[in-house]
Amino acid sequence: MATITYEAATRFYPGSERPAVDGLEISIEDGEFLVLVGPSGCGKSTSLRMLAGLEDVDEGAIRIGDRDVTTLAPGRRDVAMVFQSYALYPHMNVAENMAFALEMAKMPKQERRRRVREAARILDLEPFLDRKPKSLSGGQRQRVAMGRAIVREPQAFLMDEPLSNLDAKLRVSTRSQIAALQKRLGVTTVYVTHDQVEAMTMGDRVAVLNEGVLQQCDSPRALYQRPANAFVAGFIGSPAMNIREFAVHDGHARIGDRDVEVSDELRAALADEGLDRVLLGFRPESVDLVGPSEGFTASVQLVEELGADAYLYCSIAGTDHAGDPDIVTRIDPARPPRVGETVHLRVRAGHEHAFSPVTGERLSS
Amino acid sequence: MLETAPTPPASGEASHSERAAAARRRTRRPRSLGVAALAWTVGLVFFFPVLWMFLTGFKHESEASTTPPTWLFVPTFDQFRAILGRDFLPYFLNSLTASVLSTVLVVVLAVPAAYALSLAPVRRWKDALFFFISTRMMPPVAIILPLYIIANNIGLLDNVTMLSVVYTVMNLPIAVWMIRSFLVELPAEVLEASRVDGASIGTEIRRIILPMIAPGVAATALICFIFAWNEFFFAVSLTSTKAATVPVFLTGFITAEGLFLAQLSAASMMAALPVILAGWVAQKWLVRGLSLGAVK
Repeated sequence: MATITYEAATRFYPGSERPAVDGLEISIEDGEFLVLVGPSGCGKSTSLRMLAGLEDVDEGAIRIGDRDVTTLAPGRRDVAMVFQSYALYPHMNVAENMAFALEMAKMPKQERRRRVREAARILDLEPFLDRKPKSLSGGQRQRVAMGRAIVREPQAFLMDEPLSNLDAKLRVSTRSQIAALQKRLGVTTVYVTHDQVEAMTMGDRVAVLNEGVLQQCDSPRALYQRPANAFVAGFIGSPAMNIREFAVHDGHARIGDRDVEVSDELRAALADEGLDRVLLGFRPESVDLVGPSEGFTASVQLVEELGADAYLYCSIAGTDHAGDPDIVTRIDPARPPRVGETVHLRVRAGHEHAFSPVTGERLSS
Repeated sequence: MLETAPTPPASGEASHSERAAAARRRTRRPRSLGVAALAWTVGLVFFFPVLWMFLTGFKHESEASTTPPTWLFVPTFDQFRAILGRDFLPYFLNSLTASVLSTVLVVVLAVPAAYALSLAPVRRWKDALFFFISTRMMPPVAIILPLYIIANNIGLLDNVTMLSVVYTVMNLPIAVWMIRSFLVELPAEVLEASRVDGASIGTEIRRIILPMIAPGVAATALICFIFAWNEFFFAVSLTSTKAATVPVFLTGFITAEGLFLAQLSAASMMAALPVILAGWVAQKWLVRGLSLGAVK
């Protein structure tokens, strides 16, 4: 177990102008569960593979504990990796799959067998130790891949979307099992996923990447409540945060057919930046249905009823883009408005997030 | 005491599903019969020369080349006895040595070469790959003179070692291309997993890659063995008495005094046996699906 540090780690793919990972700076604490999340091609898998040694680090450095592993071969980094495809050795049975790394480390046979048996017990794989991967189910293969990592008792676990090949139900149960196992073993873990629910539920901290650049690295709650920029705000949360650009005049933002007063703090921030427009974001649960005299007017385009919740997709009256819904709001599922109905909405005071329309960075504190 | 055996249901009582299945069989029968007949015909046309060789090998020389052909005859082992009497064994051993040695050499050299042209590509690997196959574009007759002079100068004329080397060179390009095609199909993550697990390149090739491409290596080895076993041109040009191979031996039956068809057939049969045997042994390795279950 050890800390992991990315020090301005950068990776250029041959023939590409833009780095796949651009100056990544993260310090991961001993025993921490860090999730790397972002859309496809954001560099999250590349970052993990750089740590594993499967991808070169073109600039910067990576440390595990106080060892600089930047140029070390994958096998000498003392990290175990769980691949998206599991990558089991097809010609070896489960026990041999798990023992392979130990054999490479020239561990005595007795100890090898003890560790494999222990891992098989933890993962419920004891009846399958003699089976080949092809005769296992997807979930069992996934557990073998986990077992192969556990037996090594490594400095760190690296997991590259280990759940994406499982069906939805198994994914949810395995998600909590992995999180619980990691807490129990206390091994520093870096986990890559594109699924923000996985990221939010599993990670001690979540690092959001976009186009190779780290956007924010914080606890799930902080990411949700105080996104550092418009990208993180839009990426974290489902349905996504409503983010729209509004003109600001005399301390009022024009939302649809109504002027809404902005806070003094935001007014000052806008003045500092010399902006007359603002990106305002508010989560679906921060928008309330109100009486006709309050808030701004919108017409309902779609009602999504999920049982415990219902979501209204509305377009704000007086905006020119009539096609797409402008705003999503969570409402009481007991009495949902009908499609085409006109409703009045108000953003709960203090629940709005303001971002610069130029840089996308957060303006309000 | 007699027990009554359960009577099979009368045709009228057959269940609906049975009747439906029977109906399907009836409607499908004429077409599948036609396909089967065609397949058998084609198969027999291809097999007939082999059968004729087999039959002729057991005939007396006088029955072998009659018009019309002799179908009924008393089988004899005379031809086989005659061949073994004509020192068949040294030719056979020469063929076996050259074929096995060259096949082993080819596989040992082709696997690392294919690795360097696929999984860990060297610079300009495409050019290297094309160079390999381009060596097969020249007709063998174009290189036989320099080859002969070189063999003569280094004292390896009429020598099995020389022949093994020539066969290795001849088969290496095909083997590299074939094994490369199996390597590029390997799931990259499995090889990465072995690297993270601490395997060196040698261990990775021996313990992970070779078991996964075993069927491909078996197919490649079989093809190289057959090519080397049947090779005639280099054998007849570079050998005379000591290192001559079975194909050279076979031409000995085509003499100025006439064709010894029965003996030629018997000898051909003995020449074909190792290839058939090799194919049968390799069959168990040729079964695909070993890489199933590696990913997903």
